[in-house]
Amino acid sequence: MSLIALIPLVPLIGFLINGLGFRKIPKNVVSIVGVGASFISFLLVAYTFGYGVGDAAFNSTTFQPITVTLFDWITVGDLNIPFAFQIDQLTIIMLFIITGVGTLIHVYSMGYMSHDEAYGKFFAYLNLFIFFMLLLVMGNNYVVMFIGWEGVGLCSYLLIGFWNKNFDFGNAARKAFIMNRVGDLGFLIGIFLIIQNFGSVVYADVFQQAQSMEVGNGTIVAITAFLFIGAMGKSAQIPLFTWLPDAMAGPTPVSALIHAATMVTSGIYMIVRSNVLYTLAPGTLEFVAWIGVATAVVAATIGMFQNDIKKVLAYSTVSQLGYMFIGLGVMAYTSGFFHVITHAFFKALLFLGAGSVIHAMSDEQDIRKMGGLWGKIKVTAITFLLGTVAISGLPPFAGFFSKDEILAHTFAHNKLMWALALLGSFMTAFYMFRLFFLTFMGNFRGTKEQADHLHESPSSMTMPLIFLAVLSVVGGFIGFPEVMHLPHFLADFLSPLYEGSRAVNPEFGVLHIDHATEWTLMAVSVGVAVGAIILAYSLYGKGKNVPAEDSEITGIQKVIYDKYYIDELYAALFIKPTQALSRVFANVIEPKGIDGAVNGIGSLVNALSGRLRTIQTGGTAAYLFSMCIGIALILIINFGYDFVQITTDFGTNLMNYISTIGSGK
Amino acid sequence: MITLLLLIIPLLGSGILLFTKNNSSALPRNIALISSVINLALIIYVGFTYNAQSAAAFDVNYPWISELNINFHLGLDGISLLLLALTGLLVPLIVLSTAKYSYEKANNFYALILLTEAALIGVFLAKDIFLFYFFFEAALVPVYFLAAIWGGKNASKVTFKMFVYTIFGSLFMLVALIYLYMQGQTANIQELTVTAKALSPATQGLLFWGLFVAFAIKMPIFPLHTWQPAAYTESPTTATMLLGGLLSKMGVYGLIRILLPLSPVGVETFALIGIILAIIGLIYGSIIAVQQDNIKRLVAYSSFAHMGLMAAGVLTGSLDGIQGALIQMVAHGINAVGLFFIVKIMYDRTGTRSLSALGGITQKAPALSVYFMIIMLGSVALPLTNGFIGEFLLLKSVYDYNAWLGGIAGLTIILGAVYMLRLMQRSMFGEINETTEKFTDVSGTEVAVLLPISIIVILMGIFPNVFLQLTEPAAQAILEMIK
Repeated sequence: MSLIALIPLVPLIGFLINGLGFRKIPKNVVSIVGVGASFISFLLVAYTFGYGVGDAAFNSTTFQPITVTLFDWITVGDLNIPFAFQIDQLTIIMLFIITGVGTLIHVYSMGYMSHDEAYGKFFAYLNLFIFFMLLLVMGNNYVVMFIGWEGVGLCSYLLIGFWNKNFDFGNAARKAFIMNRVGDLGFLIGIFLIIQNFGSVVYADVFQQAQSMEVGNGTIVAITAFLFIGAMGKSAQIPLFTWLPDAMAGPTPVSALIHAATMVTSGIYMIVRSNVLYTLAPGTLEFVAWIGVATAVVAATIGMFQNDIKKVLAYSTVSQLGYMFIGLGVMAYTSGFFHVITHAFFKALLFLGAGSVIHAMSDEQDIRKMGGLWGKIKVTAITFLLGTVAISGLPPFAGFFSKDEILAHTFAHNKLMWALALLGSFMTAFYMFRLFFLTFMGNFRGTKEQADHLHESPSSMTMPLIFLAVLSVVGGFIGFPEVMHLPHFLADFLSPLYEGSRAVNPEFGVLHIDHATEWTLMAVSVGVAVGAIILAYSLYGKGKNVPAEDSEITGIQKVIYDKYYIDELYAALFIKPTQALSRVFANVIEPKGIDGAVNGIGSLVNALSGRLRTIQTGGTAAYLFSMCIGIALILIINFGYDFVQITTDFGTNLMNYISTIGSGK
Repeated sequence: MITLLLLIIPLLGSGILLFTKNNSSALPRNIALISSVINLALIIYVGFTYNAQSAAAFDVNYPWISELNINFHLGLDGISLLLLALTGLLVPLIVLSTAKYSYEKANNFYALILLTEAALIGVFLAKDIFLFYFFFEAALVPVYFLAAIWGGKNASKVTFKMFVYTIFGSLFMLVALIYLYMQGQTANIQELTVTAKALSPATQGLLFWGLFVAFAIKMPIFPLHTWQPAAYTESPTTATMLLGGLLSKMGVYGLIRILLPLSPVGVETFALIGIILAIIGLIYGSIIAVQQDNIKRLVAYSSFAHMGLMAAGVLTGSLDGIQGALIQMVAHGINAVGLFFIVKIMYDRTGTRSLSALGGITQKAPALSVYFMIIMLGSVALPLTNGFIGEFLLLKSVYDYNAWLGGIAGLTIILGAVYMLRLMQRSMFGEINETTEKFTDVSGTEVAVLLPISIIVILMGIFPNVFLQLTEPAAQAILEMIK
């Protein structure tokens, strides 16, 4: 039991050691503590999965979620919010991803960050991130989830702005935190609604009570919609997605861990966790699905025109998160979550690969200035290719299985949605291979210095690449399509999670397409991907074509390259008006309006009472008097309609009062 | 008897100080420090011995104006104890924060701090309305002199305005209290709740406004706040800390202890208006802070915004609101003192309070930036910091009262992040410039102030139930009274 509490505690201790001792602790000790904390956590997870859980193993039918209550955190009246953990099938998978991929990225960082002066601080932050991410998925209630939810946001902020001398990086960090806070307000309101309606925030209580509600219940629709606003922020969905591409200002391992594999998938975790509520709210689900479609397609279009290796991957992440939400929206929770898993493998791989490329290229990130790296950095190149194939959805690589499952369910739900999603997957395969060809094929386009410095990364960086590449190849085998007559381990494993959903919706989990159609769909999506790859090859494969310089980009292409001017739109709609309002409040309303009313009326009274000055000894009394008038006036303005009533009553009361005194009582 | 001692120790300390020679600042400061630390120890002792059964043992009741049945009546409950703890903790920290400076007439300076402490303790212990009123007024006087005498060039003007403004507000309260006293023929707060209940709704409405205005000015609440940013900015930081950290809390305390029980129907009728004003202030203050260049004024507006949310929570008349406001009072008191201290540190080392002139301080002062980060996170209510608990409960109470108002009030979590992160980024991050290139990191007594604050920010966020459980019975009792 206490072993479970250690899972998040160990990274926290790692954070404290490196955080408090940073600058004093030598680098190799920092690495041991930082990587060690993450790895011990991973071992604890593995142990919990293998042995340490209650009476029944995870895959047995009698398995019950394990709850560990540490203490009562917030208690007010009847509401008790425990600081408690819950380990079940969903959590254990998330734990494996967080600590497993997390450890690999810690190892990678030993090489990638080795020259950074704030090496210790970096590992401290990474450990802190792991801690909060673990809380997020381990909490047994929505408020503990919210601790993690905001905590990972903090770490994201700290790590995006890690190189804090750079003002732009600082802005990117702030943008991430604030945009996430917009979502968090939604999440918080969702929690308030849950408390109002269920009197508890503990998952088990809430889902139990929810099962007796009707599908389409207005309250549940509201709760799920508000929670989803939180997910839009954290998982970078339209309209709250623009922080994620900017978040690439952080060191590349951060992009891989936080902004690809783990934190950004929190929104998906939250919905799968709350699946009973979402199944009860088909309206919200439809909304989720369309937001997913829009995000998947829009981000993919932007991705096709980016020339910064990390930006391409960032938009690709936004787009892939869109796919996960499509899956959830069409009630294929497992498929959406399946994509979380495979995406964690191949996207972490791609980001780390990109980091290795940037490392080799002496910090160059523009793919127009790369090319021909295939022979120079072989391990990076091969693993990157495997990741690219996996994300493009070619069988039998990991991405194929999860994406295909989502597409099949989407087809059964809504044909238009499916067509758009398919368009998105065409673009995905295109921009990923465009990226690959421009980076690794053709001739080298960098400077001579860069060419001289070209080198493969140290083994601390290539080992994680190889691990992740293997996972990107075989990771999809945990969920074969039913038509292949092979087992879907993941669906079987997660099945107990959906008991509530099955109870409220008898149709839950039934896929209404026949096998012939399913085979056809598979063929179509593979065909689309292959087509996109051929197109990318014909354009960029031989290294002849290089995307135009920024200044030469025009027309619609420029609009997309500049991200449809969404940032500019938000600036015009929200940021500038708030700033203008701030100045008006501070420079006009505050001094001239409100305080002016207090002071101005004062001087007016002063002037009028000028003749009475002979009685008054100084400004004090006049000031006091004018204050009285001023405040009375403010009260009148604000409470005018009550004022009549009050003054009438006041007269009566004053009379009562005087008569009381008069009667000598 | 021990209750009386809580009041006597700071008075004694200030008495001794007035008779010390003021050759240096060190001796008076040490006397003030010792006095306030003894008081803190005593408060902690009381905290450990206090429980619902032993409450009566802490009662002190002497006839004061016996012909009029007005008593010098002090007593304790969980709410008092919480605010005593806040006062007891902050005063030594405030004294300690002055350790690197010397003051003219230092003995008077420190005597005034202790007098403020005594008055605050009186406010939080008083069980008689006139005693409450006396301490409520008395607290302002020493702070006024602190600000006027040791403040900047505009200080005497703006602090006089504060003084007149708040005294003026208190007159409304005095009228209300006298009226209540005449009706009930008693000055005991507990007994007066019975009197108040019997009053007509219209009378209670009147009482509501009389009391509300006094507390609203003290906190302050929009639109009665315009004395505050100027006073906070122009006062010497010691006075600002006392005002922002402690005196503003008297207003919230008054809402809970006096307004709710003595005008239950008035609260029911007019709470909505009060809540709307409070929330306007919350958003309005936050928006002003967004573009504020003067760092001290920025923190002052943030403080004003936070007070608004506490007022709104209390006025909902719910347990969540009261409990949220209580824990937020402690959290905000601690964080405000920390933030104002950091502002002072930055000002003293750079000679400017202009945010646009700062930058890159973290490279020179990594320790300061860590403390700043932790206190800032408390201020923006990150979970597992002290600010979250209060803000969560307060926003919940407002949301339960009215969903739209709750949603609007919720904007504070976004705006708070906007202005605090801007403050952080522009001062701490970015490139060093000529203003900040000689910045030295915090050390010695500065750490002795910031380290405990930072630790409390986190511990309170992890174990809020220590505080919530302390005050819940008392909060329940107040709600019981107004039913």
